[in-house]
Amino acid sequence: MAVQASALVGAPVNDAPGLLGLSGFGFNRAQSITFLVMLLLVVAGPFFLYPVLLMKLLCFALFACAFNLLIGYVGLLSFGHAMFFGTGGYLAAHAAKVWGLTPELAILVGTAFGAALGAVAGWIAIRRQGIYFAMITLALAQMVYFFYLQAPFTGGEDGIQRVPRGALFGLIDLRADMALYWVVAVIFLAGFLFISRVVHSPFGQVLKAIRENEPRAISLGYRVDDYKLLAFTLSAALAALAGSAKAIVFGIATLTDVYWTMSGEVVLMTLLGGLGTVFGPVAGAAVIVLMQNQLAELGAWVTVIQGIIFVVCVLLFRAGIMGELGRLLKVRL
Amino acid sequence: MLEDLLFQLQIGLPQVALGLVNGAFYALLSLGLAVIFGMLNVINFAHGAQFMMGAFVAWMMLSWLGIGYWPALILAPLIVGAFGVLLEKTMISRLYKLDHLYGLLLTFGLALIIEGVFRNQFGSSGMPYAPPAALGGPPVDLGFMFMPVYRLWVVVAALVMSLVTWLVIEKTRLGAYLRAATENAALVQAFGVNVPRMITLTYGAGVALAAFAGVLAAPIYSVNPQMGSNLIIVVFAVVVIGGMGSILGSVLTGFGLGLVEGLTKVFYPEASSTVIFVIMAIVLLARPAGLFGRA
Amino acid sequence: MTQDRRSLLKTVAAAAMTPALGAGLSALPGRARAQSNTIKIGVLNDQSGVYRETSGPTSVACVRQAVKEMAPPGTTVEVVVADHQNKPDVGATIARQWLDQDGVDVIVDVPNSSVALAVNTVVREKNKVYLNSGAATTELTGGQCTPNTIHWTYDTYMLARSTGGAMVKAGGDSWFFITADYTFGHSLERDTSNFVKQAGGKVLGSVRHPLQSTDFSSYLLQAQSSRAKVIGLANAGTDTINCVKQAAEFGVTRRGTKLAVLLMFIGDVHALGLKTAQGLVCTESFYWDLNDRTRSFLSRVKGAVGDNYPNMDHAGCYASVLHYLKAVKDMGVGAAKASGKDAVARMKAMPTDDDCFGAGKIREDGRKLCPVYLFEVKSPEESKAPWDYYKVLQTTPADEAFRPLGEGGCSLVRT
Repeated sequence: MAVQASALVGAPVNDAPGLLGLSGFGFNRAQSITFLVMLLLVVAGPFFLYPVLLMKLLCFALFACAFNLLIGYVGLLSFGHAMFFGTGGYLAAHAAKVWGLTPELAILVGTAFGAALGAVAGWIAIRRQGIYFAMITLALAQMVYFFYLQAPFTGGEDGIQRVPRGALFGLIDLRADMALYWVVAVIFLAGFLFISRVVHSPFGQVLKAIRENEPRAISLGYRVDDYKLLAFTLSAALAALAGSAKAIVFGIATLTDVYWTMSGEVVLMTLLGGLGTVFGPVAGAAVIVLMQNQLAELGAWVTVIQGIIFVVCVLLFRAGIMGELGRLLKVRL
Repeated sequence: MLEDLLFQLQIGLPQVALGLVNGAFYALLSLGLAVIFGMLNVINFAHGAQFMMGAFVAWMMLSWLGIGYWPALILAPLIVGAFGVLLEKTMISRLYKLDHLYGLLLTFGLALIIEGVFRNQFGSSGMPYAPPAALGGPPVDLGFMFMPVYRLWVVVAALVMSLVTWLVIEKTRLGAYLRAATENAALVQAFGVNVPRMITLTYGAGVALAAFAGVLAAPIYSVNPQMGSNLIIVVFAVVVIGGMGSILGSVLTGFGLGLVEGLTKVFYPEASSTVIFVIMAIVLLARPAGLFGRA
Repeated sequence: MTQDRRSLLKTVAAAAMTPALGAGLSALPGRARAQSNTIKIGVLNDQSGVYRETSGPTSVACVRQAVKEMAPPGTTVEVVVADHQNKPDVGATIARQWLDQDGVDVIVDVPNSSVALAVNTVVREKNKVYLNSGAATTELTGGQCTPNTIHWTYDTYMLARSTGGAMVKAGGDSWFFITADYTFGHSLERDTSNFVKQAGGKVLGSVRHPLQSTDFSSYLLQAQSSRAKVIGLANAGTDTINCVKQAAEFGVTRRGTKLAVLLMFIGDVHALGLKTAQGLVCTESFYWDLNDRTRSFLSRVKGAVGDNYPNMDHAGCYASVLHYLKAVKDMGVGAAKASGKDAVARMKAMPTDDDCFGAGKIREDGRKLCPVYLFEVKSPEESKAPWDYYKVLQTTPADEAFRPLGEGGCSLVRT
């Protein structure tokens, strides 16, 4: 998707170098400031907002960032990312509950399986691009959904319930919401910075080159498919990390997280926040999660409102919250 | 051994026949998708929702206005097609200059809206819709099975509709313009053909095909707001397997996969939901452009 | 430059905080603690998805009716509603916020097993009251039973027992199952098969279909060729409706085969229409036209429910809230609010009596006991009034209808 990247072209962009060593993650000055603001919100948040809700928000924000890695920097729109999110959740829940692993190991197990599934699904899906890629990932995710529906260890529609939060490293009890919150916050921030680092590494530069002009990247001697597959696997692993964390937070893993509507939701979050922007997915996830929470008391119109957001974003608001904000302030966010 | 084979055949044949019925729906829906994609380069994610609308419009006509099945079979596709024209004019047409993925995202959003509105209006437990009197009689004996008359009609109607679509596109002047515009819109425009209007009408026609399938489905399947959303994912896989290069290709793939799925339901029913996706993966590995696609 | 940075900061902060504040206000710790003489009842169910008709607004109307009839004098009873969207994490988050911050004392209904079990854990943790009516899973009174939970209306065991056992008595002694291929379907099939065999019938075979199939003709043909007298549908929702519709199309029941639907509500019959649904056999523990008391109940809620007559889930919402309020009256509002466990213990100690289910009791594992009815759906000619759909085939008495206390593995049961 070359479109939103060029949304900024034309306006003079203020690309002053980043602050406080944050330029190591490729942040310019505006991004450094935004990052600090985000950091502040993450730290101060639980004192103002309900911690469980915030943890959910952070999990979805990480999920959206993982998705954005693929669409924003490789130009591949996956309509099946729920398969990785859900896989992370199921495997982490199973590891914590049945194998009795400590939460950090359970999350690692979930992430590893997500990465493995990502490697296989990516191997099949990257053979096509654009619209076909979206349909293929959707179909593969549906297949994975049916697998989890029928596999005995997932408990079918009951899901895996009452997963213990356990003790971090076997030492720190996570049953209190605030204790777990800091763990989730660290996971989110680490994931977020990891993505920024990847995107601004030489590897990330090649990805961008592929997005902008694949034939040229091939002619320059890059093995394009290998790069794409690695990016896809990374994105899957991070999505699974988010899913694993969510399973530990809520103590449940269910079919909701592998269903295609979840794949649609993460697309919505990223689109709303701004495809290909650094902070967009986080902003988008925040808006959608808080909106769902508020609308729960209104009842029936959730899908309609989500649909309207989709339509409005595509027609009028393609750069998303962060993209538009950046345009307004003449910076890259 | 022979007896065993005969027995397998005996249960196999009816399943082949039933598979054809499902294949008819896959064929009609993937045909509509292919027609739209060929002209607009948009994957119409709202196709499932429009299929559902077709069934609902037929139901509304019957229960609110007393208009029966046969008029509905013509009117419902026209109404839903007109709705499609409206969507194209007001929204989809704004996206042609952008990346094709935006079309996918827009129609996905439209699908959510349509489905949500119908769910709010009509609930989700579904509406009754009886087959027309002429086709609602007792199942007919085909020698190897009893088949409801209505299902035979579905196969015939789908085949006729596919043939008509193929003829229009391949054998008429209008079709020639369409094919030309797909290759080079600017040139066709220069010859004085109103290309934007042609695009609009193509979208309307594709949507009408979905609605036609919806009316066909109303007497067999539960008429409910989510009847299209699960089907459309399978149809996407069908489209990937066939490749969207040709009309004939999508029709053949649709019917063919219906058959395969029908047979799976007998020999390994647990896999019947996934068999099409598995075939998709295999086809992608062997022939990424799809069976009938141009690379 | 400086200007830029400052306005940037402001805007970013504003953008991040605006939605957060909106949501945050209702979530601020300590806010909105309900007053001590207010009872707050939260109805948590599906207001927009596949269970909207079987739970949804009609459940809310039934809860409000119970409040109208039984609110203890001098107390205010508030009813709040939320849509769990069939997502366990949404359901669990709402439940946590309700109990932690909004002062909700009781959570009612909660269809969808995965959400029901997630909420079950939360309510126990917060020591409040959970009156589940909408979910089918026997886990609520089995392995995951809690001293805070009452499972009021039905479960898979009771459905299997009534439909499987009673059908054989009614002459349907050979069965073939069409089963949804996931836990719910499997356990329904397994339980029903056991009861069929216990009653002297036999099971000729079964076929498993994926969830949310559209075409069932193939399975129906396989069932038909088995020559079983009864085809048992161990599935739910749109799967069941599609199955029944296509069975009518293929004339499966025309040759005397009975279709036994293991989970169906009266609203599903309404959606199918009598022409298609006639002759179906199904189990519910409530029907509006059973006796004078159920008819009286219907006349009281009819204005509020519109054209969606209450089914057993809705009736269970009414009856469970009614009984809870009775217990509150009995033990005092303060004590009831202080400990959900005590309130539930009191409810278990008192006999139940209401217009929907008659006299009954709640077992120590949280299972409410009531008689269970096997219904046959009337033909269009037999039906004289709107929603006049069922006739009773068999009644299973309350003490036989549910899973025996010792078999569930509930830790509250002393052995």
